[in-house]
Amino acid sequence: MFDNIKILFHQGKQFIPDPTTVQIPGIFRGRPVISTEKVNKKELSDLCPTNAISVHPVSINLGKCTFCGECALRFPTKITFSKDYKLATNNLERLIIKEGEDKPIEVNPDLVRSEIHRILGRSLKLRQISAGGDNSYEMELNATNNVQFDMSRYGIDFVASPRHADGIVITGPITQNMAKAVEICYDATPDPKIIVLVGTDAISGGIFAGSQAIDRSFFSNHHVDLYIPGNPAHPLTIINGLLDLTRKHTEK
Amino acid sequence: MNYISIKNNQTILLSDIPESNYEWFYDMNLDLVSGHTERHCVNYFGYKVGNNIKLICCIADDSTHEILVSTCLVHKAHALESFSKQLLCFEKFEREIHENFGINYIDHPWLKPVRYAFNRDDKSLTMDNYPFYSIDSEELHEVGVGPIHAGIIEPGHFRFICNGEQILHLEIQLGYQHRGIEQLFIDKKKLVERATLAEDIAGDTVVGHSTTFAHVWESLCGFEATNELEFLRTLALELERIAVHVGDLSAACTDIAYQLGSSVFGRLRTPIINFLQEWCGNRLSKGLIRPAQNKFPFTPALAERLKMILDIFEPDFNEMSEKLFTLSSTLSRFERTGLVSNEDAISIGAVGMAARMTNLNRDIRSSHPFSLYADLDHKPIIKRHGDVYSRVQIRRREVEQSLRYIRKLISEVPVQTSKVEILNTPKPNSFCISLVEGWRGEICHCALTDKEGDLMLYKIKDPSFHNWLALALAVRNNEISDFPICNKSFNLSYSGHDL
Repeated sequence: MFDNIKILFHQGKQFIPDPTTVQIPGIFRGRPVISTEKVNKKELSDLCPTNAISVHPVSINLGKCTFCGECALRFPTKITFSKDYKLATNNLERLIIKEGEDKPIEVNPDLVRSEIHRILGRSLKLRQISAGGDNSYEMELNATNNVQFDMSRYGIDFVASPRHADGIVITGPITQNMAKAVEICYDATPDPKIIVLVGTDAISGGIFAGSQAIDRSFFSNHHVDLYIPGNPAHPLTIINGLLDLTRKHTEK
Repeated sequence: MNYISIKNNQTILLSDIPESNYEWFYDMNLDLVSGHTERHCVNYFGYKVGNNIKLICCIADDSTHEILVSTCLVHKAHALESFSKQLLCFEKFEREIHENFGINYIDHPWLKPVRYAFNRDDKSLTMDNYPFYSIDSEELHEVGVGPIHAGIIEPGHFRFICNGEQILHLEIQLGYQHRGIEQLFIDKKKLVERATLAEDIAGDTVVGHSTTFAHVWESLCGFEATNELEFLRTLALELERIAVHVGDLSAACTDIAYQLGSSVFGRLRTPIINFLQEWCGNRLSKGLIRPAQNKFPFTPALAERLKMILDIFEPDFNEMSEKLFTLSSTLSRFERTGLVSNEDAISIGAVGMAARMTNLNRDIRSSHPFSLYADLDHKPIIKRHGDVYSRVQIRRREVEQSLRYIRKLISEVPVQTSKVEILNTPKPNSFCISLVEGWRGEICHCALTDKEGDLMLYKIKDPSFHNWLALALAVRNNEISDFPICNKSFNLSYSGHDL
């Protein structure tokens, strides 16, 4: 009994008081900022393992970026990764960061479907599906609910069954072997329902784009409500993305 | 003796591997492993040579620190005698050869699909028609779980045959995570692409797999890694070990409904992975390890910071584990749950923690030392009971051991140059094998190059490839409600297995 109280006392205060404003210590590769400096564009785009860098104009597609930082290491004055962890949006266009542009990535409230706003409100119960995710995304999703990040304080939880869920969260590029299960799980979720993609692999296939073992036909039939980039996405990126989606549409 | 003895991370010419006919190959490899617990098969795979299949078998000898490599050419039309009939530890490897190339075995006890690879030989076999073992009985019932599980974890299907609450048999169907990584290693030509792929084999073992890849690549290119590079890898491997072990202790507490342990260990993982992020910008160390390159120098300031973090971490960790391991309510759930005997572990060729929990000394850090482990004089942590208790105890002791190693490592940080070394192109017609002890166990990567020095085959083996069978054995005669704690105490990788 006293041991337990001692242990509790020794943990101190672990929770992050405000996950929307907290600073990340050390180095972190969040939203990139690209200067207008002239560089060898071919060399720059060749550096990227996932062809996330385009050259006219120089831009980085965060839906493809693995955040390895190779480009920033070679061209430190051209590309810098800021510590801004708010990377989630519902607009694929906003994931493309162009040179000379330094503005926050946000959810566009006009694109949020009105039935989500009307029926789901600010709380979300989500069912996660790993479809080729390498377990790093899954670990970070689990971390969103540890004592530090504590996402459930906002009424956002992960549930065991799609029947209890307001939507699904997909990680991984969707493998052929998992494609059917993803479809079944989606169908089992009651309407209205949202689709959230977490991580580069889910958004674009990442390093697996073009692999013959993946099957991304799910996305040609279904509307995605939120893209959360990262490799894996940081818990703060996930929390802020989901908060942005639920809050932005209530303000409409 | 028709094999060649090589060291960990050694590159040899493909033509240096002695070839024999299948009979010789069969007798020799079975003789090497049979009755010798110090030897086990670390990789056994095939690749196409014209219309034939070339098999390469790699047996690690822990006492001589050598790897014995042999090869054999076979044809698809000829059904073979299986190694597995004699020694079960070859079971998965032969199933994989069967699945990929259609080679038939006349006496394989369990010739079922492994992962339904996209380039498998028989496309009529699909995830939906997996041939589950079943028992026709009025008393028994089957329970199917997955591929999507209740928690946020990777997909896999578990089929239990139960007598009431008791599990008689568990069969695990994997392959849902198959992304075709081995083929992508060949298709993608840039080093940065391949290094990224290595990091994505298993996102919980980023350092383990990317270090193995770095070793393979450097060896193929004839580059000897500097002390500075090996320092970073050793340090990162031990940090990864601490982070995952502490996370596993938290999960074990969750599965026995011990809330205090679950929360405290859960939060103790955070400072370690946050330190990795302070160092390299990613909490799971993606982007940190690259062949012949120190991307993120370990500065004296980082060493100081890490020391400070560990000084706070250690007493909190010790206090919590002291409590966990003296509480009768937690011990009664750990002890004698999910038993695997020493004989079974040897028979199935278990590696890493799954071997060490049953008094089977398998640890690449001491048996085939790489990076700085020879200097650290690593002594594996061995437990005897083979139950959940042994598995959680190993984690506690390995965290303590890793803390000592890290303190020793950061007391003398080598000068950081962050120089990018120029690598030669890989040697043509070569074979390289690299073994690394990740937190889960032995990781083995093999690479073969063609006559231009381009990658021809990249073969990855995660420790989970051996150990999934250990989990299936562990749950027998346990209550089905104990499956979660059994599963978590192994914490095996789906993506590392499915590739």
